[in-house]
Amino acid sequence: MMHWIIAPVLLPAMMAAIIVLAARFHETLQRIFSVASLVAVLAISIGLYMQASDGTVTLYQLGDWQAPFGIVLVADRLATTMVLLTAVLALPVLVYAIGSGWDRRGQHFHALFQFQIMGIMGAFLTGDAFNLFVFFEVLLIASYGLMVHSGGATRTRAGVQYMLYNLLGSTLFLFALGTLYAQAGTLNMADLAQRVAQADPGNSAGLRVAAVLLLLVFAIKAALLPLHFWLPSSYAEAPAPVAALFAIMTKVGAYGIIRFYTMIFPPSSPLMAGAHEEWLLPLALLTLMIGMIGVLGAREIGRLVAFSVIGSMGMLLASVAHFTPAGIASALYYALHSTLTTAALFLIVDVIRERRGRVAGEVEETLPMAGGALVAGLFFVACIAMAGLPPLSGFIGKLLILEASTGSPMMGWVWAVVLGSSLIAVVGFSRAGSTIFWKPHQVAVEKCGSVDDPEDEQGAREVHDPTGGNQPMPMLAIGTLVALLIALTVFAGPVMRQLDATAAQLFAPQPYISTVLDTPGKEIEKHGDDHGESGDGGHGEDGDLPADEAHEPGAEAQTDDALGGH
Amino acid sequence: MEFLIATTIGVLTAAGIYMVMRLRTFPVIIGTSLLTYAVNLFLFASGRLVINEPPILRDDVTSYTDPLPQALVLTAIVISFGMTAVVVMIALASYLNADDDHVDEAQDLSRDRRAGTDPEEDPDTQRGDEKESRA
Repeated sequence: MMHWIIAPVLLPAMMAAIIVLAARFHETLQRIFSVASLVAVLAISIGLYMQASDGTVTLYQLGDWQAPFGIVLVADRLATTMVLLTAVLALPVLVYAIGSGWDRRGQHFHALFQFQIMGIMGAFLTGDAFNLFVFFEVLLIASYGLMVHSGGATRTRAGVQYMLYNLLGSTLFLFALGTLYAQAGTLNMADLAQRVAQADPGNSAGLRVAAVLLLLVFAIKAALLPLHFWLPSSYAEAPAPVAALFAIMTKVGAYGIIRFYTMIFPPSSPLMAGAHEEWLLPLALLTLMIGMIGVLGAREIGRLVAFSVIGSMGMLLASVAHFTPAGIASALYYALHSTLTTAALFLIVDVIRERRGRVAGEVEETLPMAGGALVAGLFFVACIAMAGLPPLSGFIGKLLILEASTGSPMMGWVWAVVLGSSLIAVVGFSRAGSTIFWKPHQVAVEKCGSVDDPEDEQGAREVHDPTGGNQPMPMLAIGTLVALLIALTVFAGPVMRQLDATAAQLFAPQPYISTVLDTPGKEIEKHGDDHGESGDGGHGEDGDLPADEAHEPGAEAQTDDALGGH
Repeated sequence: MEFLIATTIGVLTAAGIYMVMRLRTFPVIIGTSLLTYAVNLFLFASGRLVINEPPILRDDVTSYTDPLPQALVLTAIVISFGMTAVVVMIALASYLNADDDHVDEAQDLSRDRRAGTDPEEDPDTQRGDEKESRA
């Protein structure tokens, strides 16, 4: 089972190469390879999830080098949950892209899609901060390609903005990692956790700077308020399946916050005093408010959904910001819910844009679209989920978040903003929905004059758009996402039990740390020179690895220790 | 030397941030390149500054330089180089598509385009639309 951990990273990478090199001119083969790869990744993700679901932390040492010298992948509950979510999301999105023909509107859609999956999976699984940066870049560079897929002036313009913003984010990430390395002398997450815990609180200015820089980086990814400007244009202008896949990208930022600020900079640490309550929580609440106000004000339906993404990230981070097990667990539930909902909404928006022709996604009345009833129904369900109305999972998620805020000094604010923003969201979604789906009937009646009964109206509609009708594959994809939402609602109890365990594991990181640091790596051959190497820093002490077998890494550790003492 | 490196990083970062604030893509891309140079130097310095020392500890060597930041910098250089190349290409595509290299105003453009899809409404935006479809 051990090598399976790297499969979600390796398999899409190899498939992408095959698709580009071998199947370049065979559209059908590309599609088959792409879907087969994602089905395999889904199966492996389920396997990994099952493996981690009893609380075991599985370690994979790349090249068999022992941590912290080698790069490790770690599959714990949080990582496998996110990996499974990615796999579950990606498959319907890919089916939609194939069914709606989006993958044929430009070059290399499938290869880029696979690289994107590779980057996301790697970011969730890696146990090394610099490797996290590398996987961020992998997923970003693939997302740049996907973002401008099929071209067009507006889309490339939005793509340039998105790229420049993320380029700045990456630079900031490197600054943060440099600061962290200069202070702690390591970039392995488990090792960082140990060293930061031992750091002298009186002399920790550098570590504080690193912590805040990292928080900024993840906040950019998670579209936290002052850093959210990249999101609306890029999500609204990206091709719909890509925007749906991007639903997981904001969660990568949230994942980074959860991972780093439970393990490396735990809330109990004096380094983080005040950062969460005074900064993260108010900003998250503002994000939620602005997002939902954006929903109310949006004039284009893609932009409306993009703003609801900002709102949902605000909701999620408001729950994360408590940094209590209950807060994290409910945030994770909300992350599952909002990822699936956002993806479903973006796909529905694409159907609406296609069907309405000239006005595309503008929120204004026009003639009715073909097959409007089914689309309207799906839109309605997805909006209920997004706005957090009963009976769907959004309501449960919101309830959990409100419950998790009990005891927090900010509780009143959380309740007021969460409930107030929900009201705004409901108004915003109903305005958009009724303008797009109900007003057209009025318009049709006015224009056609003699249309009295619904059956004639039905006939009139068919004339206006003869190409209409619901294609099976896109509807299957959207239906799957909506069905997953309903399943998430029905099985909320078991899901929450798992997520509670996940949160509990996050707040007791010692097994994670000892698994990563104490597992011996490969034995290193000595190069003739026999010597009594005195010690290899704080790492070889577990006894499994004789001191002088870890010759060169030992040197590195000594360097680190020497530097740490400066 | 610390002073020299620190000033260099500072000046590069300041110049980079200034350039990033500009409105047109070319200065912004130059700005991001300057920032990546600054961050590469910064990463390099994060292992402390040492001159003329081997990067690996041997038996008879007591002082050495940290090899890890050098590896990190190499990775960062490769990545930032690739990213800059991609952003230049896409910025070029954007400029050729829209005949305009401002980095803002995506929303206004989208409204023009949608209006432009109806040829009878506005001949000016129709021209832009033709250009778009040709590209």
